[in-house]
Amino acid sequence: MKSKIALAFENCKKEKRAALITYTVAGDNTKNNSLKILNKISKHADILELGFPHNTPIADGGQIQGSSHRALKNGMKLKDVFQIVKKFKKTNPLKPLILMGYYNLIYQNGESNFLKNCKSSGVDGLIIVDLPYPENKDFANRCKKKGINFIQLLSPTTSRERMKNIIKNSHDMIYYISMLSTTGGKLKVSPKKILENYNKIKRINPSKNLVIGFGITDKTISSLKSANGLVVGSLLCKTITNSLKMRQNPVTKLDKVVYNLKKKII
Amino acid sequence: MKLKINRNIPLIDQHDKNFMYGGKFGGNFIPETLKKPIDDLTKLFAKLRRDKNFLRERNHHFTNYIGAPTPFIKLENLTDHLGGAQIYAKVVSEANGGAHKIYNATVHCLIAKKAGKKYIVGDTGAGYAGKMLSMAAKKFGLKCKIFMGAKDIKRQRPNVEAMRKNGAEIVPVTTGSQTLVDAVSECMRYWVSNCDTSHMCVGSTVGPNIFIKICAWSTAQISRELMQQVKEEFGKIPKKLKLINCVGGGSSAAGFWNEFINTHAEFIGVEAGGPKNSKLHAAPLTNGSKIGILHGAAQYVIQDKEGQIGSTESISAGLDYPGISPLHCFLKDTKRAKYTSASDEDALKAYLLVSKLENISPSLEPSHAFAEAIRIAPKLKNSEVIIVNSCGDSLKDKDIIKQKLGSYIR
Ligand SMILES: Cc1ncc(COP(=O)(O)O)c(C=O)c1O
Repeated sequence: MKSKIALAFENCKKEKRAALITYTVAGDNTKNNSLKILNKISKHADILELGFPHNTPIADGGQIQGSSHRALKNGMKLKDVFQIVKKFKKTNPLKPLILMGYYNLIYQNGESNFLKNCKSSGVDGLIIVDLPYPENKDFANRCKKKGINFIQLLSPTTSRERMKNIIKNSHDMIYYISMLSTTGGKLKVSPKKILENYNKIKRINPSKNLVIGFGITDKTISSLKSANGLVVGSLLCKTITNSLKMRQNPVTKLDKVVYNLKKKII
Repeated sequence: MKLKINRNIPLIDQHDKNFMYGGKFGGNFIPETLKKPIDDLTKLFAKLRRDKNFLRERNHHFTNYIGAPTPFIKLENLTDHLGGAQIYAKVVSEANGGAHKIYNATVHCLIAKKAGKKYIVGDTGAGYAGKMLSMAAKKFGLKCKIFMGAKDIKRQRPNVEAMRKNGAEIVPVTTGSQTLVDAVSECMRYWVSNCDTSHMCVGSTVGPNIFIKICAWSTAQISRELMQQVKEEFGKIPKKLKLINCVGGGSSAAGFWNEFINTHAEFIGVEAGGPKNSKLHAAPLTNGSKIGILHGAAQYVIQDKEGQIGSTESISAGLDYPGISPLHCFLKDTKRAKYTSASDEDALKAYLLVSKLENISPSLEPSHAFAEAIRIAPKLKNSEVIIVNSCGDSLKDKDIIKQKLGSYIR
């Protein structure tokens, strides 16, 4: 049986467009709002990434740190994250949802326990920022056995040999980090150069769904739309921060922003 | 599984293919972007440590720039005052810059040069790691950037001034607790974004495996000197010998103990117990913290059930860190070293007593080690020997000491 992630990409290919992938943090700015946000933006986004917050995120820039901080201040726990997923999936059973975060939370929860919770709440995939290949081989296999996608990451520093190995060990989606940066950095490489790298990776195995993330905003997204998918995260976290500052409703704000992003790539 | 030390392999090399000590401490829990820079650094260091020219260069700078050996002295007055074991100090604070952090900083600058890097970045808590890196960077012609918690910038002023004088850019870190843990995180984030042009120096035996290795390999100079000094003083290694060292990240202790690993010398590591009446501390080993991932390595770390890194508290900025080197986790679980903690108050008392009685004046970090020496010495026989690593000078803590005790002596 094909995964929901694979189906989402198939659907986008049929429509000859890139998949729009959003990233928001579970519990930002409240548990209820983050569920409402998912429900709203899932009308425009093809795949949803949901961050489970950590207080020492070594690969995240200011925006996502801020969102994680807000969520944790609200008392966000892993069990709440799974509850949000479960509730979301009840009304959106076909929309793929990927959890993203740091390994220590999985380690403390116990790998088996964590995967069990993923399965029962309906998580489709996992991105673990600090569990690279080959250290992630065992865990990635356990995910596969449970029918959960383990999403491998590639970066501009990844050597070609290493890329081949990672791609061989990948599931239905691979994530290419556009530049040397934490999340939320300014795009310091030209979209042309990013696509050049992207196409080189694509040629290693054209059948794999390869998405680009890091530094993508409403300003840059259309110049990258030839990719299989594009991830927007920090912009959304920043939108929440700003709407809170202006005493606006983050849910409606985010709905608009994501709608606009989608418009730019179709 | 019972963990054992391998007598035939250097401690830093006793990891498996995943760079884990005892199968569970250390490793490289890092973002993909850092895989290659860390791999490159690992290969370069493996080559350099076997390279005779590089070793000659290192030794030259250890002797002429850092100053080797640092003094090994008997604390006669303290010994008499306590009336038990004979107490000695290895006065590492006499090294250029005033602390053991100079060894790691110097070696990292040498490596950065070999790697063709022009920029070097580092974290600091007490400000020593930053001060030393800024000194060494200046000497070796590298541009230096230091990440330091905003709280630590306030409480470690003298070292901050030294960094500025050396021309380093100090980046205040205002996230989280605004202490060392946040400085290390921010420094790693910076390196993720700039690993193509910058070399990173982690200030202690923490972080991804290669940083643990380079750091412990560098501070090992302390025990190479000490081994000789002990043999000169006693003719052999005394039958009952205790080597007491404070542990924050653990770089000073790792260097102080390294050459004595295969001897009968006892190792005692002293963590920061925090204020007496506070639940907060910086002593993960003493207080039975669970294994977790912090800054790219598995280690005993102060955290909650969920895996969020916990808050710490210590009067000593250099020990105020929720984690501890995987090497020390390994030494603890193999029972090769014992770990305990000293409170803020005990450290202050120890600082005062040693400064009053002796010609040395330890900073608040080694004062934790002295507190333990002072606690146990009266219970031991006169034939027993205690050596404390006095790895920092109280001058940097003048403000805090004045505030806590009303006056400062040195
Ligand atoms: C004087 C001194 N001692 C000890 C430490 C603790 O670090 P480590 O445990 O790595 O030696 C520091 C750290 O800044 C320090 O400045």
